[in-house]
Amino acid sequence: MKLSHPPLGELLEGKEVVICAGSGGVGKTTTSAAIAAGLAARGLKVCVLTIDPAKRLADSLGLEELGNDARRVDPALFKAQGIEMEGELWAMMLDPKATFDELIARQAPDEESRDRVLENPIYQQISGALAGSQEYMAMEKLFELHTEGDFDMLVLDTPPSRNALDFLEAPRRLTQFIEGKSLKVFMKPTGFAAKVAGRGATVALSVMKRIVGFDLIADLAEFFNAFSGMVDGFQARAKRVNKLLAAPSTCFLVVCGPQGEPIDEAVYFHRKLVEAKLPFGGVIVNKVHYPAEKLRGEAGDLPATLAEKLGDEDLAQRVAANFSDYQALAERDARNIEHLAREMRATGVIRVPYLDEDVHDLAGLAQINRYLFATGEERVAMAAGRA
Amino acid sequence: MIVTGKGGVGKTTVSVALGMRAAAEGRRTIVCEVAAQENASRMFEHTTVGFHEVELEENLWAISIDPDESMREYVLLQLKVRAMRDMLFRSRIFNYLAAATPGLKELVTIGKIWELAQLDRKVKTGCKYDTVIVDAPATGHGVGFLQTPRTFANIARVGPIHSQAKTLDSFITDHENTGVAIVALPEEMPVNESAALEHDLVSEVGVAVDRVYLNGLYPERFSKEEAERLGELAATEDGAAKAAARAALSEWGRARSQRAQLARLRRRAQAPVKTLPFLFEPDLGPEAARRLSRRLT
Repeated sequence: MKLSHPPLGELLEGKEVVICAGSGGVGKTTTSAAIAAGLAARGLKVCVLTIDPAKRLADSLGLEELGNDARRVDPALFKAQGIEMEGELWAMMLDPKATFDELIARQAPDEESRDRVLENPIYQQISGALAGSQEYMAMEKLFELHTEGDFDMLVLDTPPSRNALDFLEAPRRLTQFIEGKSLKVFMKPTGFAAKVAGRGATVALSVMKRIVGFDLIADLAEFFNAFSGMVDGFQARAKRVNKLLAAPSTCFLVVCGPQGEPIDEAVYFHRKLVEAKLPFGGVIVNKVHYPAEKLRGEAGDLPATLAEKLGDEDLAQRVAANFSDYQALAERDARNIEHLAREMRATGVIRVPYLDEDVHDLAGLAQINRYLFATGEERVAMAAGRA
Repeated sequence: MIVTGKGGVGKTTVSVALGMRAAAEGRRTIVCEVAAQENASRMFEHTTVGFHEVELEENLWAISIDPDESMREYVLLQLKVRAMRDMLFRSRIFNYLAAATPGLKELVTIGKIWELAQLDRKVKTGCKYDTVIVDAPATGHGVGFLQTPRTFANIARVGPIHSQAKTLDSFITDHENTGVAIVALPEEMPVNESAALEHDLVSEVGVAVDRVYLNGLYPERFSKEEAERLGELAATEDGAAKAAARAALSEWGRARSQRAQLARLRRRAQAPVKTLPFLFEPDLGPEAARRLSRRLT
């Protein structure tokens, strides 16, 4: 099966937002950084954002740390790797709590409402500590940066793919949560609301009080009350965030590895994107073992050939055994990628080989960058130069 | 035993291997998956692991903890009346709160893990387990996940949720009976992250980290002197011999850099570091996990 290799530069032509999604451990952060660096090298002003609480992005860009503000990466660092930065590369590591606080400050109608939320104990707990708030806030920051319009391109590195789905639902969930509509209705079981809610709901509430305790329900009600006055603002904003995600200027790239599990997740995520009518751009498969396919026929007498060349039978055996191990992995990768391409109707599968060196610094990033932005032919030629 | 680490490091394989090991030693063991990953189902091809305890082999069970199902079970245990539970699940307010409250899914998941670990099970049809192994979410989320009970205990200052959340927090931070194993890979960033994760787990969550498993370590198949000879061969030959020599050189280079990462991890981790070999197998099934289980101590 012939796979098409669209050059990444072409794929991202005219885009303003790139969202890299995929399961964990597939090199998503490195890929995001390499894409951002590649676009910056081509003259754009690019910002790469991560919501990954691990400091991977900072690590891979050779920065000591990243804050909630965008920081510019020194172009001299890339020059040392042979990459001339015609544009600018900026990076940011999202602080979910600080972003949430900023958002509240912006949406609150007055200082008193703002402080009522910021000082609410439930707010303080959920805005920083609980799993899930990061996804809400990544979206928000992306939208904010896009609205400010200081960058030509934003590249977002998302958390692992099961969460990436949470990520897609983040604006809707945030609004629903902030609204607290149902709960407020039930907390005031008098007047019009009670008539609408009906008796069944009152029973449900009393049952819930038995399970969770009255104080918690009361605290939650106070929490949601504190948000009243901000609901419309949040709703309007969530709508605009959704619009940005679905805009033709946005591009979702799915990043995965060549093993069965990451490939299945990539297929799953691609399907979800299509269902949600979000702009899918392509898949990047990292750490692919390239096979020396043409040589498979000769491999039978390989140990003998090697023994003759090396004059060392024991070494020849080990070299041949190692080679066949690698071939098996390469064949698995090829099978899995073929499956992936079939599932996605062969649109935009970009393969990055498993490099000899562990990719963790700018040198590695520069190497990945060359693969990502190479045209199909260049990529094949580069792969042939390797094992 | 809670198994955590960054994504893609083989937490599921290690969890299953640990389960097999415990089962082989005669302990009744259950491996729990969270967040509906169903990775263990993938490992045992003919078994679908869902929200029920499935016996995989002698002494070894598995369950995939679905938060919605856990919630239903929990509420039923609280109310003791099925009709009341069903009424609650039909009510808009309950569904709204269950979906909107961040961290609730994690909380009921940990609640289910706790329930599985009790010798006096709440679910009367369930077995009594000697060992419960949890295939936990990836780094970052892993810390948040384990902190959930404390967060809830702080939010609900009094009442049943408060006391139950406190019970779960004590369960997780019980150094006598609950331990965490971190799975790492022999690469620069995963080693950094594992060291940072260990620090956060110990100082922020307060759990006992018992072990760090360095997974996927390549064998040292070639010596430096042999690598030099293979380098010459790769430079002068063509065809299969060249490709094989190059593959050997890649292997040698990776094995060497992995040893350097192992040394770094040993310097940085507080808990003892154990290594697990890379398995040159296209797909990791139960047999692979079994071989790993024999390497576990």
